[in-house]
Amino acid sequence: MTNVRFEGTDSYVATDDLMMAVNAAITLARPLLVKGEPGTGKTMLAEEIARSLGRPLISWHIKSTTKAARGLYEYDAVARLRDSQLGDDRVKDIHNYILKGKLWEAFESDQQPVLLIDEIDKADIEFPNDLLQELDRMEFFVYETKETIKAKQRPIIIITSNNEKELPDAFLRRCFFHYIRFPEPETMESIVRVHYPDIKKRLLSEAMECFFELRELPGLKKKPSTSELLDWIKLLVAEDIPPEALREKDSRKAIPKLYGALLKNEQDMHLFERLVFMSRKTGAN
Amino acid sequence: MLTDLFYRLRKVQIPVSLTEYLTLLSALEAGIAGFSIDDFYFLARATLVKDERYFDRFDQVFGDYIRGKQTLFEEIIGEIPLEWLRKQKELDLTEEEKKQIESLGGWDKLMETLQKRLDEQKKAHHGGNKWIGTGGTSPFGAHGYNPEGVRIGQGKGRQGRAVKVWDRRDYKNLDDQVELGTRNIKVALRKLRRFAREGAEEELDLDDTIRSTARKAGMLDIKLVPERRNTTKLLLFLDVGGSMDPHVKICEELFSAARAEFKHLEHFYFHNFVYETVWRDNQMRANVRMPTAQVMNKYSADHKVVFVGDATMSPYEIMAVGGSIEHWNEEAGATWMARLMALYPYAVWLNPQPEDYWSYIPSIGIVKKLMSDRMFPLTLDGLERAMKALKKAH
Repeated sequence: MTNVRFEGTDSYVATDDLMMAVNAAITLARPLLVKGEPGTGKTMLAEEIARSLGRPLISWHIKSTTKAARGLYEYDAVARLRDSQLGDDRVKDIHNYILKGKLWEAFESDQQPVLLIDEIDKADIEFPNDLLQELDRMEFFVYETKETIKAKQRPIIIITSNNEKELPDAFLRRCFFHYIRFPEPETMESIVRVHYPDIKKRLLSEAMECFFELRELPGLKKKPSTSELLDWIKLLVAEDIPPEALREKDSRKAIPKLYGALLKNEQDMHLFERLVFMSRKTGAN
Repeated sequence: MLTDLFYRLRKVQIPVSLTEYLTLLSALEAGIAGFSIDDFYFLARATLVKDERYFDRFDQVFGDYIRGKQTLFEEIIGEIPLEWLRKQKELDLTEEEKKQIESLGGWDKLMETLQKRLDEQKKAHHGGNKWIGTGGTSPFGAHGYNPEGVRIGQGKGRQGRAVKVWDRRDYKNLDDQVELGTRNIKVALRKLRRFAREGAEEELDLDDTIRSTARKAGMLDIKLVPERRNTTKLLLFLDVGGSMDPHVKICEELFSAARAEFKHLEHFYFHNFVYETVWRDNQMRANVRMPTAQVMNKYSADHKVVFVGDATMSPYEIMAVGGSIEHWNEEAGATWMARLMALYPYAVWLNPQPEDYWSYIPSIGIVKKLMSDRMFPLTLDGLERAMKALKKAH
């Protein structure tokens, strides 16, 4: 059992419940499943844990075509077939055609690594089930070479999901679970401070107000999230926009500057422009 | 004592298993949670609950449980209950209210009584006029009617900190038993995207393999393609106007979510029940109508059909010729429904009315029968069942 504790880092603000979940996962060496709105820092979490604990990070990004076996190893039969046609000597040794996967890499690592399995919900529904045994026992068997690969140290496993698919119960039972909520204004402010320590206080509070108002807007397809806010503030800082510009009383400029960084969707833009236009009309009367 | 919590969670249908319970115990043994009750709450949630839609139910059970174990936890958390209640004083009471409290014998007296009640009360309580709980007229509890009441469990923590987080019910809109918002409906609608071949199957691209093998002078070159295509075609029939008005908002959310999910999606509106015409543009309903027969002609039987309506009307509107409240219909609604059902085997009805009320409204029973029982409530859970039903022909 390890005594390391994760307490957030200078560049990542972790809430109490998040810290608790991470520490429980580290202590009991079980995977931690993290869900939450897109852009709330799920993937960042694994990077920050690795950084703050000084562990290597191995990330495995899942796509719709990713298979569980690919995380363990792949037997490149096609290459072997080709080599046999060419009469290559490599063909005699099957080890030449076993390609190690990310899980294998993590199991082999000398120092306990942080393994990020990113966006597990993108894969096939059977994907998590295929990994049950491997994540539970932290070992697997390579049929081609008849060897068992066992983890030197149980890696810290962070799994993220965007909720596109239900995950199987048997899989969930083996994980700790944390849902990253959209941060409250206070937490959000400290997150922004962590990223832009020199930002002018007034600009920040105006920007935050704009941002949360925008999130309240009914009917948005995609509400702007933390990462979008950070991008936007980066632009504001880079362009050196004065705080007053965000609260333009002159109705012709009522659309906040550079809001393209916040709204990524054409319909949302239109909706927003229409609303601004309408409020302008009522304001004029 | 934790076994009790475990069974309570199972009782509200949060799927907790023995494995998770044992994990929690070993986590407690490892001393992860320390001695703070908030930490215990976070740990228990991370261990026992694996889906954010259960968070709200978990919060409620946990709140009940902690309140029930008040005396027991007093040893652990010491003075916190009193302090917590004092916070309520600062937050919730106006000068006037404070005066009223004075009339009851003063704040301290009130607190004393409360303390006594806390000691007496072993279980959470709803309604009634003495015990602490919700919805009653006791001076203690939440959502009650006693103006001198002390609000318990509605408080907002200072600086957004985790003071009694479980009482804030932050996750209410994630519960799958409550009505739908745009976020959770999207999750459920995704289930409808049935891929021609589910997931990551790869298949041999024969043509490409032959072509490229030939190009390499007979050297075998295998080509694979991922097989994935969104084939779901959907017809959406939405009830507008009349008794549906309170539900229109939910329906529009369902509708807007649905639009983003499908390539082949056609929507139609009807009022109360489907007759010989439907319309596509709600503002033009008076002039531009589409005959239902034409809809059936145009869209083949492999379309999936979803009706959204509360099915709450007079039974005549379904069963009788001329029963429609808007016009004279030559054929009964039931006839049209039977035709639609005969053509489209993949059909469901989503009903925004709570499922518990269905048995009290005769027309719902009739529609349900017409749909061969494929009527589901408009909740995340109901949608999930509907999507499952849509995969099979009735």
